[in-house]
Amino acid sequence: MPFIPHTEKDTREMLDAIGAESIEDLFDEIPQELRIEHLDAIPEALGEMEISRLMRERAARDGTPLCFIGAGAYEHHIPTAVWDIATRGEYYSAYTPYQAEASQGTLQTIYEYQTMITELTGLDVSNASLYDGASGLAEAALMAVRANRKVKTNLILLAPGVNPVYEKVARAIAGGQGLRFEWLPQDAATGNVAFDKLPEGLNPVAVVMQQPTFPGTLEDVDRLTDWAHAEGALAIGIANPTSLALMKAPGHWGGEGVDIACGEGQPFGVPLSSGGPYFGFMTCRQQHVRQMPGRIVGRTTDLEGKPGFALTLQAREQHIRRTKATSNICTNQGLMVTAATIYMSLLGFEGIARVAKSSHANTARLVEGLCAIDGIERLYEGPFFHEVALKFDRPVAPVLARLAESNILGGFDLTEYAGTDALLVCATETKTAADIDKCVAAFREAMA
Amino acid sequence: MSELPGDLLYTNDHEWLRRESDGSVTVGITEHAANALGDLVYVELPEVGQDVDAGGEMAVVESVKAASDVYAPVAGTVRAVNDELADDPEKINADPYGDGWIVCIDPSEFDEGELMTPDAYQELLDDLDD
Repeated sequence: MPFIPHTEKDTREMLDAIGAESIEDLFDEIPQELRIEHLDAIPEALGEMEISRLMRERAARDGTPLCFIGAGAYEHHIPTAVWDIATRGEYYSAYTPYQAEASQGTLQTIYEYQTMITELTGLDVSNASLYDGASGLAEAALMAVRANRKVKTNLILLAPGVNPVYEKVARAIAGGQGLRFEWLPQDAATGNVAFDKLPEGLNPVAVVMQQPTFPGTLEDVDRLTDWAHAEGALAIGIANPTSLALMKAPGHWGGEGVDIACGEGQPFGVPLSSGGPYFGFMTCRQQHVRQMPGRIVGRTTDLEGKPGFALTLQAREQHIRRTKATSNICTNQGLMVTAATIYMSLLGFEGIARVAKSSHANTARLVEGLCAIDGIERLYEGPFFHEVALKFDRPVAPVLARLAESNILGGFDLTEYAGTDALLVCATETKTAADIDKCVAAFREAMA
Repeated sequence: MSELPGDLLYTNDHEWLRRESDGSVTVGITEHAANALGDLVYVELPEVGQDVDAGGEMAVVESVKAASDVYAPVAGTVRAVNDELADDPEKINADPYGDGWIVCIDPSEFDEGELMTPDAYQELLDDLDD
């Protein structure tokens, strides 16, 4: 179904059909004093030529830096075909169209997406996506409270490796609904959960763990998943989707696997774009499907016995269930999901595994180079995927500023998180050996 | 639509209830409600032992097109829930006043004043048809 705006004639016909004089009449219910007549900060509309020029100028300010920042969003190669296909007229909308069943192609795309994400995470069902990874955690926590009704504490325990931004977002979204978020103790040497200091008897609703962790380490997620279940809690696993091509799927962590998996889908075909739009993914065990926020696309047969696709579970969404909806921010990031589905289809499992291996190898090369410099060493011991925390003998910010002068973004300043001068670096498959060597040389110069 | 069972009481929200000989109250939704929702695909049940308020939300019945709350017609404690609805929610469509019962409550008080006789409920349905 193409997205063509209404003509004046269409609008007139629709207004006539419902007996309204003008579009303005439709807003009659909103009292005049509540309406904003002028948005002073919003400039007048621009023409295509002007807006293109403005955007080009703004984009040029970003430059084309050599970027070694990860920390939740990752620069990966996006095959040209991904956005060539995703921006076709039939797909080019951020939303699943209303009267969704008229858009069978869109629904089939989401159906394929769900299939691939469930395979990748090792769980039974996927929803049609969420807003982003951070709000995905908030949704997973709220879902855990609904699914684990026996536990009344509203307490969600977070492993120290959970992205601190996710925690802030989850607190902002779910805190007002009575959920409490508390951190589990961290082992200073590994950066991971301190298993010998785990609290007893807190009776948590859910335990959240992230793999790889925010500072890049690998958590003992098998042990932590089992601990969560032994405590009567649900296990929620946050995963980097690229890493899942090499590492154990959350559905297989521990003896029983996690109950809910979620995470940031951006690494799959979505450009960094200064922070968004991205999309969140969420999968769960079959037994919890009714508590899952958002919608699921299902496969069915029509009256003539032909296969077709339909939205299911939407009876719990806000346009039907209003304030009692399972979620009120279940925005299906349709366009991002379309890109991710095409990305996964083009690369396949093997292609994603190659991306993951190459990213790991590049990061290993970068870390080896950086740790050979006086004043830089690993912050935490142990294996890593494509991101590593480094401890510095001096403040990191001035060093990063020096690198920026050479158009290199040297990493994410981890000082606040780590409580010591530290940097989080990441080198994906987009970096060549020469890029990495150039980065190492720039650090050596800045540290000299 | 078939005749309303004469031994039940009804609510404005299309629940029915039956006073059992042991003092408990069995609750379900009426045939009218089940038909209006269409084929049910899921029923969310309360927990046994949970307290419910008269008029408070107690369960959710969900069809492909809508999800609706089922309200407790009397205050009390949930004595039993119809677990078979978990696998077979369509029992409510097939037999709303029998196998499709939803919750059994031990009432803490029983205020018949708020409830409708079969005749009164029939009148409500007739008004809806007009």
